[in-house]
Amino acid sequence: MNAANVALERVTQVPGVRGSLLISATDGLVVAERLMEGIDGRAIAALAANLLQRLDRAAVGAGVQSPTFVHLRGNAGSVLAAPGSNELVLVALVGLDANLGLARIEMLDAVGRLA
Amino acid sequence: MRSLEPWVLRPLQTFLDESSARLILLMTTSGQVVAQHGFTRSFEVMTAAALGSAIVASTEELARIMGAPRFGALVHGGNHQSCMLSAFGTPRGRWIGLVVFGPETSVGIVQLFFDQMVEQLVGAAPREQPAPPVLAENFEQELHSSLKELFGR
Repeated sequence: MNAANVALERVTQVPGVRGSLLISATDGLVVAERLMEGIDGRAIAALAANLLQRLDRAAVGAGVQSPTFVHLRGNAGSVLAAPGSNELVLVALVGLDANLGLARIEMLDAVGRLA
Repeated sequence: MRSLEPWVLRPLQTFLDESSARLILLMTTSGQVVAQHGFTRSFEVMTAAALGSAIVASTEELARIMGAPRFGALVHGGNHQSCMLSAFGTPRGRWIGLVVFGPETSVGIVQLFFDQMVEQLVGAAPREQPAPPVLAENFEQELHSSLKELFGR
């Protein structure tokens, strides 16, 4: 199993995580994914990368550091994103019942190991 | 935005709004322009349509030689502008989309909303018989008529 798949495996093992993806930050394309059936990874990759780019620009404009972790909360769950240092972003889709703290720790650790 | 077919306008406008693409050109595989947004001169449109249809023909032939299915899309990434070329089927025949976009968006976003636009075009296309192919004898007249429609002059 390569490093990308190891990272995805670790994140998806966290209770409540419905899937995870490794995406290209600049292109918004899927590099690797581990998702439940029926989830459109391509759309998540494109929109998550776009969101991160805009957040990054907003942070730079505000004179603060780029975000190291993003939590986008919705009514039925959340999208978590951890940008890496190599133009890759680890994204996870989690349900309302997910252990967000553990998911965050695993994602930051996994994305750090990918660098 | 200009289109020879009015039902193309809404899907095209939605695509432009969602993707933040700078230019788009929809054409048939023979290079006949169906709709365009962002081009200011008819010469540019004619050149882009001719080059775009030729590139798609080349890549499809390359895929055939390799024994592979058709390529989904061809993306040329640049520092300031990128370009995506993608052919797709419609009830009116096979069309090609040429999209130019900048760093304000991404190839993922452009591809995502392009695919949605294709679905909308397929759904919106009238099912009646397509227009007869342009004959050699009235080709020039048809070309001028199309360009006049596309540029409003």
